[in-house]
Amino acid sequence: MYPAAFDYRAPKTLDETLALLKEKGDDAKVMAGGQSLIPLLKLRFAQPALVIDIGRLPSMATIKKQDGYVSIGALVRHVDIERSEDLKSWLPIMGEAAHWVADPLVRNRGTVVGSVCHADPSGDWGAVMLALGADLVARSASGERVIHATDFFTGPLTNALKPDELVTEIRIPVPSGASGGAYNKLERKVGDFATAAAAVQVEMKDGKLSRVGIGLTAVGETNLKAAAAEKSLTGQQPTDALIAEAARLAASAATPKGDVRGSAEFKKDMVRVLVQRGLKTAVARAKGGKA
Amino acid sequence: MKVNGSERSGDVEPRVLLVDFLRSNLRLTGTHIGCDTTSCGACTVLIDGEPVKSCTVLALQAEGRSVTTVEGLAQGATLSAVQDGFHQEHGLQCGFCTPGMMLVGTALLARNPNPTEEEIRWAISGNICRCTGYMNIVKAIQHAAKAAKPAAAAVAGGGE
Repeated sequence: MYPAAFDYRAPKTLDETLALLKEKGDDAKVMAGGQSLIPLLKLRFAQPALVIDIGRLPSMATIKKQDGYVSIGALVRHVDIERSEDLKSWLPIMGEAAHWVADPLVRNRGTVVGSVCHADPSGDWGAVMLALGADLVARSASGERVIHATDFFTGPLTNALKPDELVTEIRIPVPSGASGGAYNKLERKVGDFATAAAAVQVEMKDGKLSRVGIGLTAVGETNLKAAAAEKSLTGQQPTDALIAEAARLAASAATPKGDVRGSAEFKKDMVRVLVQRGLKTAVARAKGGKA
Repeated sequence: MKVNGSERSGDVEPRVLLVDFLRSNLRLTGTHIGCDTTSCGACTVLIDGEPVKSCTVLALQAEGRSVTTVEGLAQGATLSAVQDGFHQEHGLQCGFCTPGMMLVGTALLARNPNPTEEEIRWAISGNICRCTGYMNIVKAIQHAAKAAKPAAAAVAGGGE
């Protein structure tokens, strides 16, 4: 399959990229690894006049900790997350989630930021970013703004970026104190999209949950934040009964559609199971003293 | 781009996929087109030593990079350790997935010379064998790992 014809630019600097976006952003698509965009181009679901390949921009493939957050650059690939020793100690949920993204070959090219910007409700990273309370840094020729993950996903395959903006990095707050996370995904086979998945991240203080983040995959128009479930646990001791109730609240926040992967009813119940399992794992990890 | 150790070039439209550039422009037809939708891995090649699906890479993205196809595995008439493993362990039936499987196996052994069976199975999890001959594919990669020949030497121009 051939994509429809497009012009191609591979700028060498960020300034050049932002100038291109300012001039032609309305009719352009940004490509990092291309693992979501190229299939869309081939199926002709997307027919941009211009593809801006940011794959050759320097110093964007970095994972670093600064000013209380972990920064994931725009060219950090899924495989980089999977192999990062730093993230294993800072935010172990990242490596756990990366392992579930697509398949190993796609993970060698696809990027986290690209996947988040693609905003597929079945994407894994959106749920993780919602659970972690991440911020996206959007740059344009006229400046920079920070978009919180909860404001980023505006619909299926649509996000809050303006046509002239580029996400240069994702910033994830470094957990304070004891923390734990888990990403649980039900998929039919490697490489398939999730039937349902849940990202859970907790922080604990004096035996109580000081922060709870829950993000859901493939069960709504966007990745969903299970706010009521988070609220029901925050400030509480995580008992089995409270966790079961929170999982039920998360399931009731899900609005899945039935398809070949299962009925809507089945998927909602899987959300309950995956959130319950994730919360128990995350709490155990937080208590185990491992971040 | 460098393909199997040699500089190769060509003029292509931006929309040309790497797999089509390899097959049509360079006549390297060992790289197969299977599903054409990033699912099956028949089109696997190595870019800078890492396996990728060349139906989901633009030829232009590989400009200046080092690409290894199945044609680059053997050294003259001498099979690479992974190729020999597939030969010895009957790691192929129809052969359609074989180039991809061998390249994935080559890249795995370059990173991890002594993989467990589970690690091998995860490594090939993005590649589909339509004959379902996975048992022997795993054995073939294990055979290559045991062979004295370091697999890393078989990655022509690999950057791992």
